[in-house]
Amino acid sequence: MNISQELLDRHGLTRDEYQRILEMLGREPTITELGIFSVMWSEHCSYKSSRVHLKTLPTTGRRVLQGPGENAGAVDIGDGLAAVFKIESHNHPSFIEPYQGAATGVGGIIRDIFTMGARPIALLDSLRFGSLENPLVRRTMAGVVAGIAGYGNSIGIPTVGGEIAFDDSYTGNPLVNVFCLGIARANEIIKGTASGAGNPVYYVGAKTGRDGIHGATMASAEFDDKSAEKRPAVQVGDPFMEKLLLEACLEVMKSDALVGIQDMGAAGLTCSTCEMGSRGGAGVEIDVALVPQRETGMTPYEIMLSESQERMLLVVKKGREAEVERIFDKWDLHAVRIGEVTTDGCLRVKNHGEVVADIPNGALTDEAPLYKRPMAAPEYLEAAQSLSVEELGRPQPAATTFRRLITSPTIASKRWVYRQYDHMVRTNTLVVPGMGAGVVRVKGTRRALALSTDCNARFVYLDPFLGAQHAVAEAARNVACAGGLPIGATNCLNFGNPQRPEIMWQFARAVAGIGAACRALDLPITGGNVSLYNETDGNAVPPTPVLGVVGLIEDADAVVRRAFRRSGDVVILLGENRAELGGSEYLKVAHGLIRGLPPALDLDRERALQKLLVDGAATGLILSAHDCAEGGLAITVAECCFDTGCGVEVGVPGVGADDRWRDVMTLFGESASRAVVSVEPQYASEFLRRAADAGVPAVEIGRVGGDRIRMSVDGRMALDEPLQDVERMWSTAIENYFERSRAVA
Amino acid sequence: MKFAVVVFPGSNCDHDAYYAAQHVLGQQAELIWHKDTDLRGADVVVLPGGFAHGDYLRTGAIARFSPIMQQVAAFADAGGPVLGICNGFQILLEAGMLPGAMLRNKSLHFHCEHVHVRVEQTDTPFTLTCAPGQLLKIPVAHGEGNYYAEPDVIARLEANRQVIFRYVTAHGEVADQANPNGSVNNIAGICNQRRNVVGLMPHPERACELAVGSADGLVLFESAVKAVSERAFAAAR
Repeated sequence: MNISQELLDRHGLTRDEYQRILEMLGREPTITELGIFSVMWSEHCSYKSSRVHLKTLPTTGRRVLQGPGENAGAVDIGDGLAAVFKIESHNHPSFIEPYQGAATGVGGIIRDIFTMGARPIALLDSLRFGSLENPLVRRTMAGVVAGIAGYGNSIGIPTVGGEIAFDDSYTGNPLVNVFCLGIARANEIIKGTASGAGNPVYYVGAKTGRDGIHGATMASAEFDDKSAEKRPAVQVGDPFMEKLLLEACLEVMKSDALVGIQDMGAAGLTCSTCEMGSRGGAGVEIDVALVPQRETGMTPYEIMLSESQERMLLVVKKGREAEVERIFDKWDLHAVRIGEVTTDGCLRVKNHGEVVADIPNGALTDEAPLYKRPMAAPEYLEAAQSLSVEELGRPQPAATTFRRLITSPTIASKRWVYRQYDHMVRTNTLVVPGMGAGVVRVKGTRRALALSTDCNARFVYLDPFLGAQHAVAEAARNVACAGGLPIGATNCLNFGNPQRPEIMWQFARAVAGIGAACRALDLPITGGNVSLYNETDGNAVPPTPVLGVVGLIEDADAVVRRAFRRSGDVVILLGENRAELGGSEYLKVAHGLIRGLPPALDLDRERALQKLLVDGAATGLILSAHDCAEGGLAITVAECCFDTGCGVEVGVPGVGADDRWRDVMTLFGESASRAVVSVEPQYASEFLRRAADAGVPAVEIGRVGGDRIRMSVDGRMALDEPLQDVERMWSTAIENYFERSRAVA
Repeated sequence: MKFAVVVFPGSNCDHDAYYAAQHVLGQQAELIWHKDTDLRGADVVVLPGGFAHGDYLRTGAIARFSPIMQQVAAFADAGGPVLGICNGFQILLEAGMLPGAMLRNKSLHFHCEHVHVRVEQTDTPFTLTCAPGQLLKIPVAHGEGNYYAEPDVIARLEANRQVIFRYVTAHGEVADQANPNGSVNNIAGICNQRRNVVGLMPHPERACELAVGSADGLVLFESAVKAVSERAFAAAR
């Protein structure tokens, strides 16, 4: 067969990579083999640009039951149970076809979780879109939200949280990252392993069609104006099929007839067969003619590369086939034997008995190419990092700025979104979306889990190392505010084209930052996902390493919520206000700037703060807690007033040398390691003493009460707003964009 | 006494109804597979929420053909209490056990939120222990809960006092802004003529503990226990 340059290009393989294939096989590959190599060596499956960096992350710890390398990570949560969780991106498909792209993203991550033997109990979504002024962005966002809802609601897993941020740089490349968490018995976690020569290999689930062929390769390339032509590479989801698979697989796992199981996600049948064989030190031989097919005339190449959704690959103990088949039959699923485990460590694919591919597993997995790509600090950095308030002119009155911030889509309530998600099914949801970390209880125990996904991409853009540390710190701080001890993390690293040195530099610096922060906070990374080539027409998204953190709450009754509870309670600011405006939402909204250095971050102090929050929740001293983030202290205090309708009056000393800028710096600066808590008056001094002992700066700044949000700086009233009006503005800002556009249409 | 919770392929609130009856209420509960043909001596039958058969074709349209539905119909014909929640309500409509049909929500979006409903009638097995006009804070979570029937059917339902739950404001007033889906007359739930079969869109099983936001829904399950124990509504065996 003639392997032309054009054919290699179409497969995303370089000439050097092809040479390597020739050496590994000792012969020319068949077209099926070329296809198999192309998807397994794609960035999406091989992590060839990222692996050298990912290896530096801390992945072990006292509670870690499963680190990276399996379908998902797992941590011990006591009572003999494990929390199994991971986050994954579906950015490229969601841009091309928002509804199905997002829906299949949800379906994919759910499969990763139940594949481990865990029942999924919570979803979170981390989304990034362009400006809502843009009708194309509104269409994309509406489609993504509907897709997440359509899949998650149907399958019956609550969407309990996540976050959404908006920035023009995501217009042509939205980010859709989905986090899923499930609960398994710690000693019954199932692996994606094929072993035991002669054990049968089963295929179960949806039939294989031509959809999604080369999806993994598509996700490893940039976008241009031809991207819409790639729509056939986006798959269509069927949540009902997945619900059947979920229930049937969990039932099969209860028997001990299973050796291993893996879902067919990216690179479909190819990836699942060679990865399972590789993990088990065995080979897998299948005959594609036995694979259930949706269309006629499919070639072995197409069958191996199809990314049709809702399919699973199982290795069953020989002699136990009937048991397994019976369970799938009950759910009206047809489990088909397509091959068996061998001893030779090869992936062998036959078509009606004739061998069409025969590749050592190692060549597709461990020995896949690994690149140390060149790195260089981006040119924008120096100019972007400099900031002086001189160039900003005169600040607007605080009240004007406050109203602009509270209605800025990144800060405004995401009610329009999460109302479309079933966030209560399974009756575990203790804290609903939109109120900080999502919290789910673990039935059968006293415990609960607080879950948060976070990343302030502006900080990462301005300083990838420090910004990524902020992402870790903020996600962990959010679960700590709810009373959760951060015990495990997963990351979804969304970056541009790694072949550009400045992107690779962002990536390497961000991974280093995540590693440093996780080590300091004793927070192992148990897995995750890398999404590169997030570029359209040469414009990369801002580096967006999203962190998902799991926090363990020992007593579900001790969950702390963010809203103030009672008039008269004392409001305490934990952490320090500093004159830090760099990378703030304020600069973006009021001046259209993404500039300056991100706030300083002292990880020891951060850790002390989080411990104080967790202890304060457990002892019941803290009645409400909310992390200070986008929009600064003013927005944080206002958000504490929402939901329960408790007003507040607080006063803080101003920060910053320039008098004209003191209000802005104090109210809207985004200094790290801060939280606003409320405590009962009689326990205020006790709590302040504990904060001092813990080395956390803490100061009483006011009292809950009234029906206004009143904030003074240096004793002068800077903000005096009616709570009801503010809350209405905040809660309707996003839906107004959509309702308005509907009215026009 | 015993609750039977029917599990259709695609049911996803089956565990929640089971949990409410078994663990919160402390009664016996059993999950019954839709292909079964025996309700195993249940005193109350619950058709739970979810997306039976993916809600493909039409919500509830395929589920009504499940083998167990013959038993459910016979149980209801004998006077036994049947509760259809959300998708279960939709299935009861498709099965002809309750009148009317569902349209998509007026907003065209799935809608999940706590709402207030007013108990309109207390002479059903699921509202027996309610006070007349009692307000319940219960979540809705559906995309097709916009109850519709021809005007003469609605008139008959109203005249026969078959409207059991209505969406109201927190102050108990029937108003458009309190209606999450655009249903006729703010109808949230109805019963059959015999009053032993009740269907509603809100999810009482999700509101059985204060920890998850409300315990107002428990009264439906408590009513069922009372109804059965006093033999006010029980299947003739």
